[in-house]
Amino acid sequence: MVTPSLLAGRRARNRLVIGLSVMAAGLGLVMLVWILGDVALRGLSAINWDFFTKLPAPPGEEGGGLANAIVGTLILTAVAALVAIPFGVMAGTYLAEFGNSRLGTAVRFVSDLLVSAPSIVVGMFVYLILVAPTGNFSGWAGATALAIIMVPVVTRTTEEMLRLIPSEMREAALALGAPYWKMVASVLYRAAATGMMTGIMLAVARVSGETAPLLFTTLNSPYWMEGMNEPVANLTVTLFNYAMSPYDDWQTMAWGAAFLITASILIMTITSRLLLMKRTKS
Amino acid sequence: MAEQRSLRAWGDPLFRGLTRTFAVGILLLLGTMFFMLWQESAASIDKFGWHFLTSASWNPVLEDYGALVAITGTLVSTAIALVVAVPISLGIALFLAEIAPKALRTPLGVAIELLAAIPSIVYGMWGLFVLAPLMSDYVQPLLSSTLGFLPFFSGPEMGIGMLTAGLVLALMIVPFIASVTRDVFLMVPTTLKESAYGLGCTTWEVVKDIMIPYGRKGIFGAVFLGLGRALGETMAITFVIGNAHRLSWSLFAPGNSIASTLANEFTEADSELYTSALIELGLLLFVITFVIIGLAQWWMRRMAAPGGH
Repeated sequence: MVTPSLLAGRRARNRLVIGLSVMAAGLGLVMLVWILGDVALRGLSAINWDFFTKLPAPPGEEGGGLANAIVGTLILTAVAALVAIPFGVMAGTYLAEFGNSRLGTAVRFVSDLLVSAPSIVVGMFVYLILVAPTGNFSGWAGATALAIIMVPVVTRTTEEMLRLIPSEMREAALALGAPYWKMVASVLYRAAATGMMTGIMLAVARVSGETAPLLFTTLNSPYWMEGMNEPVANLTVTLFNYAMSPYDDWQTMAWGAAFLITASILIMTITSRLLLMKRTKS
Repeated sequence: MAEQRSLRAWGDPLFRGLTRTFAVGILLLLGTMFFMLWQESAASIDKFGWHFLTSASWNPVLEDYGALVAITGTLVSTAIALVVAVPISLGIALFLAEIAPKALRTPLGVAIELLAAIPSIVYGMWGLFVLAPLMSDYVQPLLSSTLGFLPFFSGPEMGIGMLTAGLVLALMIVPFIASVTRDVFLMVPTTLKESAYGLGCTTWEVVKDIMIPYGRKGIFGAVFLGLGRALGETMAITFVIGNAHRLSWSLFAPGNSIASTLANEFTEADSELYTSALIELGLLLFVITFVIIGLAQWWMRRMAAPGGH
């Protein structure tokens, strides 16, 4: 028999849990608005024409910008992407098309581990193989560290996206006499293009905000970059140095950098999400 | 024609071999990373042996290094982060999967995923400039006046320290755990839930008796993945942990984690042994993270296997 008081207790407990859950979601939303609001408010005050066009001013001097760091971050990210995308796409293709083997299982497991590898240790590794032997910090080293972080992400997304394609499509192409490689290149990649692009964009977004792997590899520089064999100015390490500095205008600059990085990453994330949504609808 | 045929004969094995090379490259990458870290920390391993793990000393002048402070800092900040983040994440996941009106689910889900996309350095900076002052002005005085009889909640109210680091970490891993858990909740078959509702269960009873048991392993996996992230996180922590090589019962006191020690000291290490000790710290972090993530992967896979839930 259900007594009224038992029912009331169950209902009360239910309301309590629903209330807590709503509060948790509300808290998440408040934090998002709070953090983005702070970054936008404080960051926008640092952003002006000079911010995009000038070199950093020496401490104590007014003005200046982070043009060199913006260019540096773009170049480092682009070089990393150029190396990591073909690498990841090939490895992902292996996993999706030929990967039902022991090797496939091992590669899958290891790339899942690498996705979660602490990025600072990746930076340390690149320091050991590229910086310590040559004795100088360089753009190449930083781009390598970023590429190492990107590869497993691109690999796993490529695999996932290729596996979504029905096997009838593969069979149809093969039945027409296409060799396997041609089928992959002109049928699978084309069918999976949106999904792969999305994954790649998310990976690029992720590495463009990375700081730890650059600390020991590319370092930072107050000047325009002189080549990939020298330290390269970049936004994230600049943000770190400026935020930790005692100068007010450097801290303002740091907020500007934080705004620029966050805004670009969010735009990339939202765009890739919209792309994916459009695809699943069509 | 002959060329055509040879391309046909060679094309596919070549393609397969090429993709396999890159796949093997990933294995080599991990192997090389592990080997290099191990090789370069040899000086420190030889000198300190197992004592490295239990010594709280970190003295560049006397060249005496131990990992205890950094390991403790990593574990304590991660523990704080999990204690705060797991209940909140479950609440959010539940809201997104079961409670929220249908129209709100997608936009709110995207909002939570956006939180996950914000780079960690921005979290760290926000923690230093916004959260730390709030902690020292309001939260820490409140905690020490109410719970101050515990050693954890007394001490310098400076804003930066272990507690603040743990909270910033929590903030970082909430969106991650929440969105994976939501996906786990959404995998629960509707018929199961509807049968329970049909028997007169309340929402909470459906969650407690159907959804959580059904998704138990997936939820554990999500928490483990969040744990793995928190352990290796560098930039969010380095800003707010205080960077002091000291052990303290107080959560207000500044400390150090493995990652923040590396970020602060690696480029400044001026002796071979110092560098080697830092690399050994990195190796430790590498191993700890991989054990945790490996367990999580194994767990998730068991869940995905037939009859695994």
